[in-house]
Amino acid sequence: MKHLLSIEDVDRDEIETILERASSFAEVSRREIKKVPTLRGQTVVTLFYESSTRTSSSFELAAKRLSADIVSVKAVGSAVDKGESLKDTVETLSSYDPAAIVLRHPYAGASGMLAGWVDASVINAGDGMHQHPSQALLDIFTLRNRIGSLEGAKIWIIGDVLHSRVARSNIEGFQKMGASVTVAGPPTLIPRGIEVTGCEVRHSLDEIDSADVIYLLRMQNERMGENFVPSIREYARLFQLNRRRLGPRQLVMHPGPVNRGVEISSDVIDSEQSLISEQVASGLVVRMAILYELLTGSEDTSADSAPEGPVPIGEPA
Amino acid sequence: MSRAPEQVGQPVLEPLVQRPGPMASVLIEGASLLDPATGIDDRRDILIEDGVITEIAAPGSLSGGEGVESVDGTGKHVFPAFFDPHVHLRTPGQEYKEDLETGTRAAAAGGYGGVLAMANTSPPVSSPADIDALRHRARSEASVPVGFLATVTRGMEGQELTDMAELREAGAVGFTDDGVPVTNPGILRRALQYQAMCGGRIALHEEDPHLSAGGAMHEGEVSMGLGLRGVPSITESVMIARDAAIAGYEGGAIQIQHLSAIESVEAVRRARADGVDITCEVTPHHLCLTDEAVRDLDASKHKMNPPLRSEDDRQALIEALLDGTIDCIATDHAPHAVEEKEVPFEAAMMGVTGLETAFSSLYTELVMPGTIPLALLVEKLGSGGAPFGIDPFRLEKGARASLCLVDLEAEWTVGEHGYESRSRNCWCDGRRLTGRVLMTLAEGQVAYRLRSFSLGVA
Repeated sequence: MKHLLSIEDVDRDEIETILERASSFAEVSRREIKKVPTLRGQTVVTLFYESSTRTSSSFELAAKRLSADIVSVKAVGSAVDKGESLKDTVETLSSYDPAAIVLRHPYAGASGMLAGWVDASVINAGDGMHQHPSQALLDIFTLRNRIGSLEGAKIWIIGDVLHSRVARSNIEGFQKMGASVTVAGPPTLIPRGIEVTGCEVRHSLDEIDSADVIYLLRMQNERMGENFVPSIREYARLFQLNRRRLGPRQLVMHPGPVNRGVEISSDVIDSEQSLISEQVASGLVVRMAILYELLTGSEDTSADSAPEGPVPIGEPA
Repeated sequence: MSRAPEQVGQPVLEPLVQRPGPMASVLIEGASLLDPATGIDDRRDILIEDGVITEIAAPGSLSGGEGVESVDGTGKHVFPAFFDPHVHLRTPGQEYKEDLETGTRAAAAGGYGGVLAMANTSPPVSSPADIDALRHRARSEASVPVGFLATVTRGMEGQELTDMAELREAGAVGFTDDGVPVTNPGILRRALQYQAMCGGRIALHEEDPHLSAGGAMHEGEVSMGLGLRGVPSITESVMIARDAAIAGYEGGAIQIQHLSAIESVEAVRRARADGVDITCEVTPHHLCLTDEAVRDLDASKHKMNPPLRSEDDRQALIEALLDGTIDCIATDHAPHAVEEKEVPFEAAMMGVTGLETAFSSLYTELVMPGTIPLALLVEKLGSGGAPFGIDPFRLEKGARASLCLVDLEAEWTVGEHGYESRSRNCWCDGRRLTGRVLMTLAEGQVAYRLRSFSLGVA
């Protein structure tokens, strides 16, 4: 596996490999010395054309924990992020000979184009409304840690599916692991033709009881101005997950950042059924595992010197 | 099936202008001549002297005189030159994409003997002086005859009508705001009323901007998966229905540009059944590709407006071509620079080039598999001028020679030796195609010869 551009790029076995690797990194993260030398001497570039807290910080920390050198470029607010500058920026950064480039970009397919321009491994950290594969992997990891296998699990994804790259990656990711997915939201926010992905569609939360896991998407205020919903107030009344709707055995996930009181009520966020902070913690180890698999995975078969697993610095290999 | 051009007014000047040049004297021996207009479909010798077809006779019966180049046409075909009513030559203002010289050279390389240039240049062609200047330039740069359309509204801003009567006097072949729709129905109505006086068919880019807002491709399963905002097919048909109703009410003549969807075909059929003077065109890329092609997110080849639609839409367009609903094939040749195209899909400009590949792509994709007959393809590639009062070229004694010599066996890879166009955003770039234009004569001049195809002097 050279790049991670879409969840389509990885099959179930490859997902398992990444999850197992992430588990071993989770163990390392509990040690006093959390760093491993795996990527010593290699350079990882993170290039973010959109604002991000979780994704950018966890990729940066993941690269550091693997002992890579890291260059972080934030082009947020730049008005000239129309691709030409992307190519020029990437050409500049390529002179550092990076082993991996992590890209977030407002346009679909930007990381795919980047993969065609550079020798480095490219990790898509979100491209427009298209894909966010590392999010899907960390969500699968989080969920598996809590419920074991996803086989047969019923997962509802609720909210602005139309504009969500997380939904596009997660529907496919969850299904690959054996879960069944239902999407719910007002018809204006459910893309036409989504049934072909094999998920079911609901326009109310009346049957939310049937869900094992409820995955909420961020509802952005702009959607009201664009008439996707008449009002945020009405949206919240129809689709907010709150105590009244949440059953006792259901788990709650959200990719963040949350809009408290819009798609999810505060008490649900802070409840024990919420996996939201675990998702953030998983983000770090899963992104370590992704970097590890992309940058060393292909050597496993040939190089004897390739480490079996992560070896903490200061411990005998 | 092509209908007689409607009487929508008399142009004051010759509609098409071209760079003057030496008249060709060529004898093409033993080629298969195919001209749906004259009904000829047989092997013949065809003699062109001083740019005029002077003889068409049994193979082996003609010999050229002194100074007549002779070409062995055995196994090759001669068609009347094609006519494209919808190209973007980008002059004035965007010569980095294309200009009159490169654009008409691309046309000639595709077997075209005439084209109509759209008016969405920078600035748009909105005044008689603009038309005048373009016709003047074409007289020194155009290797095939070009006609120019003027905008319907001043500056394509959709607010005020252009001086339509004066534009017609200056030589405007018709009117169009192509690139954008005439959003205000009141403005279109006034333009059609004015047309009753000054003529000039109004060519319409049909798109309801409120329905297409923000869309980068056809709305469907593919756009859903790619996370691209979709342009629903009804974006086009609701405007066709609206404008056909206005044209019907005013007795005006309209040309629907680049039909892309089932609903659009239906809307045209209904309007025609109601007696509306409505003509329409379809592009080679909408006949050959679907939105599945967009999965590669290659904007250079697959982003255009209207977008590539579903397989059902494509089949409906083919059917409409076969049953005569669609009058002609138009390329909507829309050159763009590399830096405008090799960017993320959503940020890329809309449009693809097609002049150099129209015949070959359609021959390969539709004629060879038996989907449409060769004669129909030749007819529909040649009939694009009719809605604007320009008759198709004919293989006929006494006619000025506008024809192309084509090798239907030749295989070639699009773009492998570059393009005559200044831009390379061709939708079939890199494709292996069968059928190649070897030579084009336009109004008696040799407008194009394939480099590797040389003529021997008898």
